[in-house]
Amino acid sequence: MSSNNRPLSPHLDVYRLPLSALLSVVHRGTGGFLTIGTIALVWWLLALAGGEESFNSAQQFMGSFIGRLILLGWTFALFFHLSNGIRHLVWDAGYCFEKEAVEKTSYIVLGVSVFLTLLVWIIAFFFGAGA
Amino acid sequence: MSLRSPLGQAKGLGSAKEGVHHWWAQRVTAIALIPLTVWFAFKVAVLSMSDYNTVIECIGSPWSAALIVSLIVAAFYHAALGMQVIYEDYIGRKAIRISAIMGTNLLLFLLAAASIIAVVRIAVGG
Repeated sequence: MSSNNRPLSPHLDVYRLPLSALLSVVHRGTGGFLTIGTIALVWWLLALAGGEESFNSAQQFMGSFIGRLILLGWTFALFFHLSNGIRHLVWDAGYCFEKEAVEKTSYIVLGVSVFLTLLVWIIAFFFGAGA
Repeated sequence: MSLRSPLGQAKGLGSAKEGVHHWWAQRVTAIALIPLTVWFAFKVAVLSMSDYNTVIECIGSPWSAALIVSLIVAAFYHAALGMQVIYEDYIGRKAIRISAIMGTNLLLFLLAAASIIAVVRIAVGG
């Protein structure tokens, strides 16, 4: 009986989700979230086209706690999907498929998306008044 | 020699021959969105506390308006392609799946059209 040497399926009760699998789920999740999030973009552009009054009320909402919370989630989702999307393009080109490379680029993707999110918010807070 | 199984041939459920276009369009829009989203996110950040006239001038300049319209087209197309894959993976019932894909496509088209009209209106100063 050689069947004893066959590889086993993962035991689900002791299975730890690899980081790459988690990022894969988050990529899809942020994609769906950003699709819904386009409504915020459309709303902002329509408010701007609608004149000074509608623009000011839109800005007021975006500046509120809830508005900023939505925008924070929005920017992180955007930069995560962007960074991980670039990694997908690298995979499409046939590179970085090794286990170590996937692990390493997972951390790079997370680092870059957190860095870009912080950078855009720092710019908004400290240079947000100038055009 | 055909690599299709006899059962597969009998059922006629082979490739629909449209997968490559979907896959390719998703990559083309993804590449376009790399510079466009970074540019737009940082532009909005810089404008975040500006008054109405500054924002109108900045968003409505010909190059800005052209880039935002490009961003809208690429983003909504990319979103429609992505949502289609999500529906195809998780919705088993064909009628619901087709309806969800079609409904999302139509809704995203409407949102894209509304945003483009808004940007054009800002650009021409209506």
